[in-house]
Amino acid sequence: MNFDFSDDQKELREQAKRFLKDKCPPKTVRAILDGGDSYDRALWKSVAEMGWTATAIPEEYGGLGLGYLELCVIAEELGNAVAPIPFASSVYLATEAILVAGSEEQKQKYLPKLASGELIGTFATSEGANAATPKTIKTTFKGGKLDGKKEPVADGANADIAIVLVRTGDSGERSLSLAIVDLKASGVTVENLRTFDPTRNQAAVTFAGAPAEALGATGEGWDLTRQILDRAAILLAFEQVGGSDACLAMAKDYALNRYAFGRQIASYQAIKHKLADMYVNTEIARSNAYYAAWALATGAAELPEAAAGARIAATQAYDYASRENLQTHGGMGYTWELDCQLYYRRAKNDGLALGAQRVWKEKLVTQLERKNAA
Amino acid sequence: MDFNDTPEEAAFRTEARAWLSANAKPRAEGAAAPMRAGYSRVEADALARAREWQAKRAKAGYAKVTWPKQFGGLGGTPIQQVIYNQEEAKFDTQGGFFDIGLGMCIPTLMTYGKPEALERYVASALRGEEIWCQLFSEPSAGSDVAGLKTRAIKDGDDWVINGQKVWTSGAHYSDFGILLTRTNPDVPKHKGLTMFYIDMKDPAVTVKPIKQISGGANFNEVFFNDLRVPDSQRLGAVGDGWKVALTTLMHERLAVGGGAGGAGADWKELLELARSTELEDGLAIKNAVVREKIADTYVRSQGLKYTTYRTLTALSRGQQPGPEASIGKLVSAPKLQDVTGFGTDLQDAAGVIMDPEEAPMGAAFQQGYLASPGLRIAGGTDEILRNIIAERVLGLPGDIRVDKDVAFKDAPTGR
Repeated sequence: MNFDFSDDQKELREQAKRFLKDKCPPKTVRAILDGGDSYDRALWKSVAEMGWTATAIPEEYGGLGLGYLELCVIAEELGNAVAPIPFASSVYLATEAILVAGSEEQKQKYLPKLASGELIGTFATSEGANAATPKTIKTTFKGGKLDGKKEPVADGANADIAIVLVRTGDSGERSLSLAIVDLKASGVTVENLRTFDPTRNQAAVTFAGAPAEALGATGEGWDLTRQILDRAAILLAFEQVGGSDACLAMAKDYALNRYAFGRQIASYQAIKHKLADMYVNTEIARSNAYYAAWALATGAAELPEAAAGARIAATQAYDYASRENLQTHGGMGYTWELDCQLYYRRAKNDGLALGAQRVWKEKLVTQLERKNAA
Repeated sequence: MDFNDTPEEAAFRTEARAWLSANAKPRAEGAAAPMRAGYSRVEADALARAREWQAKRAKAGYAKVTWPKQFGGLGGTPIQQVIYNQEEAKFDTQGGFFDIGLGMCIPTLMTYGKPEALERYVASALRGEEIWCQLFSEPSAGSDVAGLKTRAIKDGDDWVINGQKVWTSGAHYSDFGILLTRTNPDVPKHKGLTMFYIDMKDPAVTVKPIKQISGGANFNEVFFNDLRVPDSQRLGAVGDGWKVALTTLMHERLAVGGGAGGAGADWKELLELARSTELEDGLAIKNAVVREKIADTYVRSQGLKYTTYRTLTALSRGQQPGPEASIGKLVSAPKLQDVTGFGTDLQDAAGVIMDPEEAPMGAAFQQGYLASPGLRIAGGTDEILRNIIAERVLGLPGDIRVDKDVAFKDAPTGR
C-alpha cells in the first residue's frame, strides 16, 4: 500500500507553503478584496517563474512534465493561502481543456504560453442562473463566429483566451461543441460582475460575431466539458482542502487565545466538538481527494466518480470549516478587519465554480448506477 | 501513489493465502461477514467453531502476527497483521470471541504481569482455550471510567472485592478478566485505583446477561460478592490502576477504533433498495432526495476507506499512523444510523417490519438502525471521541474537572 504523496512531493508542498507565506500573506489577498486590481499580477508572475503553471504540461509543449500529483500539492497550498490569481481558470481548466481536446497545432500554439504564464486562459460554460446543460446553452458558433453571452466567466477580465461551450446542434448531448476565442479580439465585450468573492474576478462576456476556432470535434462539447470539469474538480478539491485546513488553524488559534467566562473558549465542548467536526470533515475530504488524485495521475477508469466524490466532500468540508471558523470568532469574525471573510467568500466561490454540489451529486449517482448494474 | 504491496508484503500475502487455502474454505460470494460474538441461540456452536479455528491458526503463528515468537506470534509487523486479516476475510472462518482478550487483556498482562503469569495464561489464550474479558465500566462510571466504585480491600495476602461492573462484553463465556478496582477512596479518583486479574468462574463472581435493544445479549452485569484475589494477581502498583488501564484502553482504540468498513447497510444497499422501492411519485432511485442521500453516504464511506488506506500506508512504511486514524468510528457509527434510518423511511409504513423474510434485503436497514446506537456508544461515545480529537489531535485544553483534586469519597455524584 502506497497511498500517499512521495517525499519529493511533500517537499514540494513545503516549498510552496514557504513561498506563499512570503509572497501571498493575507494582506495581498485583501488588496484585491479592497478593490485593487482584478488579480495579483506580481504573485502571478512569481508563481509562473516557479514553474507552477507548467507543472503538468508535457515538456514537448514547454511544460515541466512533472505530473498531476505535483500539481495537487501546489493546489492545496494555493487554496490554503486563498491566492488571488487566475490559477484554477488557466491551469485546471483552460490548460486541461487543450490537453484533453486540442489538436497538435493547438497544443503547440497555446500550451507553451500557458505554461509560462504569459497567456491566461479560462473556461466559459454558464449563461446565467441555470445549471449549464445541453438545454440551457444558447451561445452559437457558426462560420467561425461566436454570438451570445456567458456569465459568470471566472477571470473573464484577466484571461487572454477562453474555451467556450457553444451550441452547434438542435438538442441533446451532441448539440454542443467547444471553441477557443481570443478575448482581446473584436466582437468581445467583457464587463466585470459584482460577486460574492471579489478576490476572484468574474465577468460577463458578450460575443458579437467574435472570431473563434473549434476545439475538439463538433458535437463533442458536452462530453469534453464533463471530462474537463472532472479533472478541474480534482485539482480544485485540493485547494478546498487547503482552505479548510486554514480555517481550522485559524479557529484553533483564536479559540486558544480568546477567554470568556474566565477560561479559554477552546476548553468548552461546544467549541471543541465544532473543531473536531471540522477536522473529521477535512480528513474525509482529503482522503477522497487523494483517491481522485490517484485516478487523475494514472488515468484510471474510476476518474468520474472519484472526481465527484472529491468535489462533494471538499465542498462540504470547506463550507463547514469557513462558516464555523467565522462563528468561533464571534462578533470579531463578522468584521471586515478579520480574515474569516476571505475563507467564507472563497469557500462559496469554489463550491459554485465548476457547478454546485447538487450537480456533482447527480453526476456521482449516475456513475454509481452505471457501475453497479441492477 | 498506488495500492500495491511492496515485494515483501506480496511475499507475505502469498504465504498467508497459501496457508489459508490449505486450512480453510473460501467464503462463498456475497456471504455475510463472520458473525460477531453474542447471539445466544447460535453462540455455543459459533464458539466451538471459533475455538477450533483459533487453535489451528495459533499453531501456525497467525493468531497474532505481531506478537513476538516467544508468545506464539510471528514477530511480524502491523502491516503484515493487516494483510493476514485481509486474506482471512476471504475465507469462511469464525472469529470474534478472542478479540478483547488478545487485543486488550493479554497485552496488559504482557506489560505488567509476572513471568509465571505469562507462562500460565498467554499461550492458552492465544489458542482460544481460555477467554478473557475486560471489567472496567460500572453503572456510574461509563465515559468517566475512573469514577468507578468497585472496592478492593486488603486482607492479609489477599484482596477482598465487592461491587458491580456493567457492559462487560463476553463475560458469560469468559474464564478470566482484568478488573479495575478502587483501593483508596480518600485520594482523588485517578489516584486510588488498582488493577487485578481474576478467575471469572469463582463462585463469588455472578454474571447476568443484559438484553440489548437489538435483542442480543452480548453484554453483562458482573457482581463481586466478597471475591478473594491473591495480591500476586495485582497488575501494576497499588494506586497505579489508572496508568495500567490506559495501556489497556490504548490497545482498545487500536482494536475498535479502526472501524472503517463496519457492518450493515451502506450506499450500495441504499442504491439497491431505491431501485426496487416505489414511492408516491415513482421509483425511489428517480427521487432527488434519495439520490442525494446515496451521494452523501458514498462520500463518507469512501472517505473512511481511503483514510484507512492512508493509515495502512504509514504502517507499510514503518511509520506511526497519522492522527487521521482516529476518525473511524466517529464517522462510521453515525453514518450507519443515518443511512439505515433513511432506508427504513423509504419503506414507508412497512419500514417497521423486522422480519427478515418480509422486510427488503433481509431487514438489513432495520437491523442496522437497531445496532447503530450501540456502535455510537461502545468503545468511546461520539462525544468522548470528539473530545479526544479536540485534545489529542488539535491540542485544545482538557475540560475543567471539578473532581480532580477532591478525595473520591467527597466528589459530587448523582443518584
